[in-house]
Amino acid sequence: MRDLTVQIGSLRLTNPLIAASGCFGYGVEYAGAIDLSTLGGVAVKGLFLAERDGHAPPRIVETPAGMLNAIGLQGIGVHRFVAERLPELRRLGATVFVNICGSTIDEYCEVARVLSDAEGVAALELNISCPNIKEGGLQFGCSLTGTHDVVSAVRKVTSLPIIPKLTPNVTDVASFARASEEAGADAVSLVNTFLAMAIDVETRRPKLTNVLGGLSGPAIRPIAVRMVWECAQAVKLPVIGMGGIATTDDVVEFMLAGATAVQVGTANFVDPFIWTRLLSGLDTYLERHDIGRAADLVGALDLGHPEPA
Amino acid sequence: MIVDVSAEVLENVRLSPEFNVLSLAAPAVARLTRPGQFVMVRVRPGLDPLLRRPFSVFEILRDDAGQPRGISLLNKIAGVGTGWLYRAEPGTRVDVLGPLGQPFAPVDPPAEAWMVAGGVGLAPFATLAEALALRGTSMTLFYGARTAEALYRTDLFERLGARLSLSTDDGSRGAHGRITGPLEQALDALDGRPVTIYACGPTPMMRAVSALAAHRDAPVFVSLEPVMGCGMGGCYSCVVRVQAGERGRFVRSCLEGPVFDASTLVWEALPAGH
Repeated sequence: MRDLTVQIGSLRLTNPLIAASGCFGYGVEYAGAIDLSTLGGVAVKGLFLAERDGHAPPRIVETPAGMLNAIGLQGIGVHRFVAERLPELRRLGATVFVNICGSTIDEYCEVARVLSDAEGVAALELNISCPNIKEGGLQFGCSLTGTHDVVSAVRKVTSLPIIPKLTPNVTDVASFARASEEAGADAVSLVNTFLAMAIDVETRRPKLTNVLGGLSGPAIRPIAVRMVWECAQAVKLPVIGMGGIATTDDVVEFMLAGATAVQVGTANFVDPFIWTRLLSGLDTYLERHDIGRAADLVGALDLGHPEPA
Repeated sequence: MIVDVSAEVLENVRLSPEFNVLSLAAPAVARLTRPGQFVMVRVRPGLDPLLRRPFSVFEILRDDAGQPRGISLLNKIAGVGTGWLYRAEPGTRVDVLGPLGQPFAPVDPPAEAWMVAGGVGLAPFATLAEALALRGTSMTLFYGARTAEALYRTDLFERLGARLSLSTDDGSRGAHGRITGPLEQALDALDGRPVTIYACGPTPMMRAVSALAAHRDAPVFVSLEPVMGCGMGGCYSCVVRVQAGERGRFVRSCLEGPVFDASTLVWEALPAGH
């Protein structure tokens, strides 16, 4: 095995593969199938202070090479998470990224405080990009000052690494990475889902109860790669890339574009055993290209002229 | 224990222009499956369709020595993925992840077991009937469909000693009308004998069964088949509402179901479609 470790601020990951928030429950759901300690990290489902009900089903719909979701951040709230899930994640040896949400800046800060006092949290991912809820999230993630304000406020209350998760539903995503950097973030992660819609033409009704949902899956990957590349150019912070990753080549593609680590979401729904395949595939890629460390791939995009066909 | 196997299609029996039974070589899944559990099936490689589909395990297939060698699925064409499974040829492969979900709890004698199936809702009952037969529990299959031709594989249940009570919408076999008619008559004739009811089918049917049984204190367990993204508890798409507090709460049917005590569900919150 080659050296697969990567560094996100002060946090050293055993490998660059992180389970994406919203696609992996609270992690413990998958403990019967896979060894969570073999993942670079586990980003658990977004948490508010209180429990949340989420949207009425249907909450997902398939689209070509992708899916829309409008779950509405159903969740058990940060206190129950700390009491009921975190001890188990610690026992399983997971590197826990907690995705945190808020309707107000105060709520983000309070959730961050609770998690900072708990044992076993490796990093906080700030969800400022959920497209499916009215309050919170996008109201911060689609405004440069909102992004700056929430990141700097959370920065003041925690010493944990903080990683704003950026939305692709903006014109210039790199400016949001810069705003995050200026406000004291340790890394940025992107992309969250693309706001989207699907209609049943027979009934003329939207296919999702929430009408709108977020598009994920391989269909969005080239746009996500472009956005990760733009952000990696714009900031010195580590970038965690995601959006439609389903194969080893996809992992490498994001890393070449500048991602220090990657998250896998929708593909885990199709194949919960994907992690061992991606890890051995990454190792094989490094060996085949005689690269000693996975970290050497980060931003190693060659912008020379394409080879003639 | 959950496994993901690339299962060879052993046989594809097309029962009608929209129903088929697909036999799959999957001994590991067959050994682990308990009555009423389900599997997530990836119908073909590639990205479209992207997600797996949930299916109740229909039969546990056994070799001559009685060892589990595979499972079968009762499939009804409802879209692209189920269309592929209808056309799947022997020798091709599909990925099968499972077994998943909470199984039925088969009732012991002296209680009787009544299984109420509507259409493709027959699927979870073959494994349940096997478990009931092993316990010596007296059982009846109430089974309704549109026409006589759409009442499939009743032989499986007769072989296990189940009585049949059938109905068709057009009256071509069994009682004329919905299966809730014969069920209500049977409930009225119970005369104090204990019975546990298991139901699977269209939501209005399951809801009606639940209401009929509630008047007579007969427990009802339903097997739900909501839209499901992952089957593992990761996506939170398959939630159903259960009673809790004033408003109830959403629970994931892949983990806490697909079998639910009907009296715990908030039926108004379930989509009417099946």
